[in-house]
Amino acid sequence: MTEYILRRLLLGVLTAFLVSILVFTLLRIAPGDVVDAILGGEGEVYSDEVREALREQLGLNRPLPIQYFTFMRDFVTLQWGESLRNNTEIWPQIQKKLPITLELSVMTLLISIVMGIPIGTLMALYRDTWVDYLLRVFSLAGLSIPNFWTATMIILGGAFFLNWSPRLEYISPFEDPRANFVMFFWPALAAGWVGQATQARMMRSTMLEVLRQDYIRTAHAKGLRYYVVVYRHALKNALLPVITIIGITVALILGGTVIIETIFQLPGLSRYLVQSLQNWDYTVVQTVVLFLSIWIVLSNLVVDLAYGWLDPRIRYD
Amino acid sequence: MATREERLEPLARRTRATLSARLLKGLTNFIVRKPLGAFGAAIILAMVFMALAAPWISGDPNKWHISDAMYGPSLKYWLGTNDLGQDMWAMIVRGARVSLYVGFLSVALGSCTGGIIGLVSAYYGGKVDISIQRLMDALMSIPTLILALAIMAALGQSLNNVVLAIGIVQIPRANRIVRSQALSVKESEFALAARSIGAGDMRIMLYHILPQCMAPWLIIASAGLGTAIISEASLSFLGMGVPPTVPTWGGMLSTRGREFFIDNPWMAIWPGVAISLAVYGFNLFGDALRDVLDPRLRGL
Repeated sequence: MTEYILRRLLLGVLTAFLVSILVFTLLRIAPGDVVDAILGGEGEVYSDEVREALREQLGLNRPLPIQYFTFMRDFVTLQWGESLRNNTEIWPQIQKKLPITLELSVMTLLISIVMGIPIGTLMALYRDTWVDYLLRVFSLAGLSIPNFWTATMIILGGAFFLNWSPRLEYISPFEDPRANFVMFFWPALAAGWVGQATQARMMRSTMLEVLRQDYIRTAHAKGLRYYVVVYRHALKNALLPVITIIGITVALILGGTVIIETIFQLPGLSRYLVQSLQNWDYTVVQTVVLFLSIWIVLSNLVVDLAYGWLDPRIRYD
Repeated sequence: MATREERLEPLARRTRATLSARLLKGLTNFIVRKPLGAFGAAIILAMVFMALAAPWISGDPNKWHISDAMYGPSLKYWLGTNDLGQDMWAMIVRGARVSLYVGFLSVALGSCTGGIIGLVSAYYGGKVDISIQRLMDALMSIPTLILALAIMAALGQSLNNVVLAIGIVQIPRANRIVRSQALSVKESEFALAARSIGAGDMRIMLYHILPQCMAPWLIIASAGLGTAIISEASLSFLGMGVPPTVPTWGGMLSTRGREFFIDNPWMAIWPGVAISLAVYGFNLFGDALRDVLDPRLRGL
């Protein structure tokens, strides 16, 4: 078990290393340059000396391997340095923005589970009836309607019918838990509707599989009530494969926060990333992307471990 | 004395007839058995028609009818006009071109590359397999939209770069599904038999293993179409996709026009309806295709 975790962690380190090379290279072949972004207001002309001096100051004219090495050394020693654009330290920014993205992701995940699992179960129980079709249309719509449109419609609908608009400044859950909940609920709903679809689909098919098993027939035969068979016998086993899907959803949800944070103007990590990307702020982008991919690798590991804990038949070796 | 061709003509005619009859029967069968899938296919066909016939069924999307700006649907402008007085029907129709172009091409690029990588990786196994799969792990551990954004930042904004960015993002999924299938097919008896009569690696891969991987590959590819269209719209929405002068569905919803949405909600409604319908069509069709090709893969 310990050996398994260690091996997975080592693989995770390897993955993170490859991600760092990938992101570093991608940013270096970009046609734009942070120097232009800093200097370049419209019509501003700076001499080449000024540009060179700025490059020198930011360390951008050192050889690429050296730049990469410094980036990795700083990342591993948690000295994440500062933004090239406005000299703000990256680590305090991440500390400030991470809770927002984390809260949004957790709420999105919860909403997608609360919607997806009952929908999938009902679809299986009422297979090929109008309940199944209706739920399938609703569920598949989540996969087809882009989250930025759902979000736009929520904002428009609120403004149009209820004279409501989302709060633009962030409220901490410790100050005002209710306002914080309301603030995150709508964005999470817009994103959770997407995640729900995959889980509902998976739930439907595993539930159908389980309902055909012999032990379910036995349970019915010994006279157990219908819902006892469904909830105590079938649901437990049908839920297992869905848990692996939840692992995949984590990456999906993190990608979704990019859009949702932009629309609802939540000052989270993904929005920070997009803004930095538009400014060619290399240091911020490479650090945040690496951070996010480590997050995904770790959450996949946690899901795999949870799977083994829930299903003792699974051995790690 | 009739020539050989003349003697065979009735037979050839009958074969042609049965072929088209079989196709027709297959088609009706699909419509009857998978009405939702057929509905999806109908949506896709309508979109393709709209994209191809764009210049004949709509006006110039880039013309500003300033005096007619911000109107709801009317006879003159079917779907209304935006804040600059651009005809939204014309913009939606042109948007279909971009979405379908990016959708089909990026999926073709991504799933073919991913499929080949998966096939080679599974076939050679060992070190080749391990190193390729670690690279795929790395690609998969970056959220897709963020990866696509980074690629766009690196390549610069253009239509074909969007195809490339979204195509690259699709590689790992196709790789995974083809690899797992190829791994089991590789051990099958017919593959061993082919090897024993002296077939080369290429021959075994292309003629014996690849055909067995087509069903799951097609399923993943068709599922990727909807995702690709949403990705394209998301990139345009964030202003990092196709250059903003080209009308796209995502671009129509993007930040530039947002302040006008409250006065003219149609501006926000139509592009969303277009994206959702297109993706819904692809998803319904993909679902039906999956049921027909491989019932075991339900729920993927």
